[in-house]
Amino acid sequence: MANTPEELSYTKDHEWVRVKGDSATIGITDHAQNQLGDVVYVELPKVGEKFESGEPFGSVESVKAVSEIYMPLGGEVTEMNAALADSPELVNEDPYGKGWMIELKIADSSEIDGLLSAAEYEDYLKEEASE
Amino acid sequence: MLKRTPLYESHSAIGAKIVDFAGWEMPVQYSGPIPEHMAVREAAGLFDVSHMGEVEIIGADALELVQRLTTNDVSKLADNQAQYSILTNEQGGVIDDLLVYRINAEYFLLVVNAANSGKDFAWIKQHAASLNVEAKDVSAAYALLALQGPRAELILQELSDHMLDHIPYYWSQKVKVDGVECRVSRTGYTGEDGFEIFCDPKDARHIWNRLLVVGHDKGLLPCGLAARNTTRLEAALRLWGNDMDETTTPMEAGLGWVVKLGKGDFTGRDALDRQKREGLTRKIVGFEMEDRAPARDGYPVIIDGAEVGKVSSGSPAPYLKKNIGLAYLPIEHTATGTRFQINIRGREVAARVVETPFYKRQRKFD
Repeated sequence: MANTPEELSYTKDHEWVRVKGDSATIGITDHAQNQLGDVVYVELPKVGEKFESGEPFGSVESVKAVSEIYMPLGGEVTEMNAALADSPELVNEDPYGKGWMIELKIADSSEIDGLLSAAEYEDYLKEEASE
Repeated sequence: MLKRTPLYESHSAIGAKIVDFAGWEMPVQYSGPIPEHMAVREAAGLFDVSHMGEVEIIGADALELVQRLTTNDVSKLADNQAQYSILTNEQGGVIDDLLVYRINAEYFLLVVNAANSGKDFAWIKQHAASLNVEAKDVSAAYALLALQGPRAELILQELSDHMLDHIPYYWSQKVKVDGVECRVSRTGYTGEDGFEIFCDPKDARHIWNRLLVVGHDKGLLPCGLAARNTTRLEAALRLWGNDMDETTTPMEAGLGWVVKLGKGDFTGRDALDRQKREGLTRKIVGFEMEDRAPARDGYPVIIDGAEVGKVSSGSPAPYLKKNIGLAYLPIEHTATGTRFQINIRGREVAARVVETPFYKRQRKFD
């Protein structure tokens, strides 16, 4: 069973969000990394780039496949996890910690309400699995 | 309706992820592409390749028919010897690549790609009509397992009294595997030593399970299509549909070594002879990415700002820990060391032409 920390918010595209004031840290969920398998490359945006919510901002690659990662919230990238360039496996080993991807200055805090809670995300995973 | 190999239930039972491949429900991975790939390089891997097509050519003109249809020289084969070859059309394009097994002078077994078996069989049958020979699609009569890796012989030997080290590279023998009659061939598609085991579909599950049991403490892993693709790509073995098709010739695909223009007439010979005399305008090359981003199948190849071709196969290479691939380039850009760009989802990334194969094993035979 995938690990889904209670204090985070989630999307149906399997990103997690940690909101702190007007900034948000973003990564992919334990479920997502598990589905992908061993991550061999992570492509991230540069600091200063701006994205709308729902826009792809990077990609995670396994040996077999490329998966895009989507913005849970619109905003400007204020930090990116440079450690993933040398150690993409951090996404597998610690998806909610050292495997974080970007930090964002949130453009519109009302978008936060559109995110899923941990319980809602777990329900969504169950629905997906039963399809 | 997707087809299933006789091992489908065995795959599901051990948690394989199943995908649709060329009309078959095939295992793409069990434990994961990286551990499976590494097992093939460092221990052994077991693949179900029962989806491959088999065609029997039987009759007085069997040799004649195979000689006319394929580019390699079938007359060089002894009984129980095999060769890699190409089925070419009149234009010299690659209909399929295949293994030609000579069982005896009047009995050949052709092993072709699953995706092409219907097309190949129709082509072969059409050319057999005027000869004293019968072509039979016997794909359903065979299950095919590939046991690949440096410990393949050690593992298979546990289940056989036949001295396997007496089967040279690209030869086959009738061998009893755990008491079951099989044809064991020292061939494969991974760049490693190993065997392909032809058996009756009803025996496949028994042999599969026994191999996994005796191979377990030797590091043997069941391997899926993902590891099959990455191991073959590291060895720079071509994949039909990616690295060649009816619009490319064997020479362009770097397979000139299996085109024997001097052997006598065969389909496509004139076109290939002309191309050899006139010279190639494009050719497949191996490349390495100079950046960490992997190139994938179909990504555009850019030279001087213009798209000149596409990546035919591209992937991270788990053993080499590089991003590698094959691509067709204009002939003037094919020298080793030549740099070019690959468009990776909108970003141009540098790649460099390198020698192939990317990976070459230490060979016991040669």
